[in-house]
Amino acid sequence: MKAEEIAVVVAPTEAADRHDTRRYLLLLLPALLTLAAFFVYPLLGILLRSVYKSGYTLESYRQVVSTSVYLMVIGLTFRTAAMVTLVALALGYPLAYVLATVRPRLGRVLVVIVVLPFLTSIIVRTYAWMVLLGRNGVVNQYLVAIGLTDAPLRLLYNQAGVVVGMTYVLLPFMVLTLASVMRGIDPSLVRAAHSLGASRWQAFRRVFLPLSAPGIAGGTLLVFILSLGFFITPALMGGPSDVMIAMLIEREVEFTLNWSFASTLAVILLVLTLIGFVAYYRLMRLERLFEGLG
Amino acid sequence: MAAPEGVRLGAEVRLQRLTKLFGPVVAVSDVSMTIPAGSFFTLLGPSGSGKTTTLMMVAGFVHPSRGAIAIDGVDVAALPPQKRDLGMVFQSYAVFPHLTVAENIAFPLQVRKVSAADIRHRVGEALELVRLTGYERRLPRQLSGGEQQRVALARALVFRPRVLLMDEPLGALDRKLRAHMQLELKRIQRHLHVTVIYVTHDQEEALTMSDRVAVMRGGRTEQVGTPAELYESPVSPFVADFVGESNFLDGVIVSTSAEGRAVVRVDGGFEVAGVSREPLHVGQRVVAAVRPEKIVPYEERAAELNRAKGVVDQVVYAGDATRYSVALGATAGTLTVKVQNRLGSRALATGDVVELAWDAGDTRLFARDR
Repeated sequence: MKAEEIAVVVAPTEAADRHDTRRYLLLLLPALLTLAAFFVYPLLGILLRSVYKSGYTLESYRQVVSTSVYLMVIGLTFRTAAMVTLVALALGYPLAYVLATVRPRLGRVLVVIVVLPFLTSIIVRTYAWMVLLGRNGVVNQYLVAIGLTDAPLRLLYNQAGVVVGMTYVLLPFMVLTLASVMRGIDPSLVRAAHSLGASRWQAFRRVFLPLSAPGIAGGTLLVFILSLGFFITPALMGGPSDVMIAMLIEREVEFTLNWSFASTLAVILLVLTLIGFVAYYRLMRLERLFEGLG
Repeated sequence: MAAPEGVRLGAEVRLQRLTKLFGPVVAVSDVSMTIPAGSFFTLLGPSGSGKTTTLMMVAGFVHPSRGAIAIDGVDVAALPPQKRDLGMVFQSYAVFPHLTVAENIAFPLQVRKVSAADIRHRVGEALELVRLTGYERRLPRQLSGGEQQRVALARALVFRPRVLLMDEPLGALDRKLRAHMQLELKRIQRHLHVTVIYVTHDQEEALTMSDRVAVMRGGRTEQVGTPAELYESPVSPFVADFVGESNFLDGVIVSTSAEGRAVVRVDGGFEVAGVSREPLHVGQRVVAAVRPEKIVPYEERAAELNRAKGVVDQVVYAGDATRYSVALGATAGTLTVKVQNRLGSRALATGDVVELAWDAGDTRLFARDR
């Protein structure tokens, strides 16, 4: 076949391909426009504002790095996020396991129960916890009644309270991510492990747990990143010293009206989150784990 | 992997009145059988016949509602699967996707705390046995279905179980590969002298591989015997139909003689002679079964043969053989006839009138409404 002939044969399909691509782009357009207008543009605005204060300057960045209070808040934010993530994983893993391994109908009912809290406002849920954990709350009354403690415990307005409240809000994200991965694990693999002589623990440790690793990676990443930017729960349930970075940003915007400095803090939070994500991605070899699912 | 040193051959498995109820549904009902040590034993039946449930009870994944399972005389009904020391190959292969071929095969040895040097040695032997040497470091997703099946087999044999359970292990393979794996399985089973309990719905597979076959139906065993026994003397129309293929003719007994022989007047009008395992009496309604390849067209020689005249209704050419549907008349129905395409066999065409003949000894009579 000569070149011209090939061109004639190929051209129509190429045109069709181009046409298809254009159609897909058209479908993407609303989402792209929305993202650009409401996400990329404001983000660029924040970036600009963080380095602009009657002239371009890195002054506010210098201020953050050189002020120990800001560094402490950043450290506390990451520590709280890590604790919430670990507690959510410890509580969520067994729950997700049940969710993924019970009969499908019961599984669906349990998923609805897990998702149910999402139907209520986060503020309502946080206030509910404050009622439960308060000095004369249900939990303390119970603990005193059964004689486990003489005086009411301080469960609120400290880091423990913040972790309890945030874990409660974020647990469904952990559970649903884990359960979706666990549901994809072929039950005959666990059976095979038993038939090969593995005890229940060995079958879990060597087969189920490694196969659920993508869920652990995904769930912890999601919860950790959501934790970093948390605002309402730590603001209401934390003590005066439990300031997280989002609360700091709010203060700069609402009270000091220092938008430039608030933008700086926001950019720092964003960059630290991205660094954490990349480090985590490298560490867990996420791409390999997800490949293993296919 | 050599046959185990010392004498550790396959174990005898004995099922006694094994029953499994799922709520009101009877999955397995009163199944008793003895699976001889070192034999290749197949549970054959259509889906829902209870064959897989029976296998799962032997494996320990399903708890019997009643009855006993003894392996070499030891009751194992109370033991969990991991304590029964049985190898098992699953229909889905169940090869661990996150482990390499070598790690998969090492798994049962690792959980048994075998030393690392021993593990390396035995994994090598097992790979050689299933002819996968050189595949050690591959991951299951890099293997074909047949290769994954071999890994599953090596993994189930590497800890030298005395019984190997297989649940439709070749179901997902294509025809050529399946035939090849059947031969491989037989070779390995003979080599290791392991007792194999094999579940399949494929009667051809059951006939070619098994020493003995149990045909199951509706949770019960219909017949247990060698492949030849099942094929040549089925005990029921179900077995005659499920194992191989049969033509069925309805009729009434008109005379009986010694040696279980009887003559039947077929509803279409003609008479055929046949044999029966159980005593039949004149006037009894029976069904006569005859296999398609036992019927020959244009047979002129022997006078004592069963005969029927019909019209060729349909011709199906299948390469090595041709199958004809021959209509016998309004009430007698049709007979399927299978003729090998060999030297001297004449091709028939639709509409041809043909005289068919078959031996009374190949005609099994079963009483109706048993």
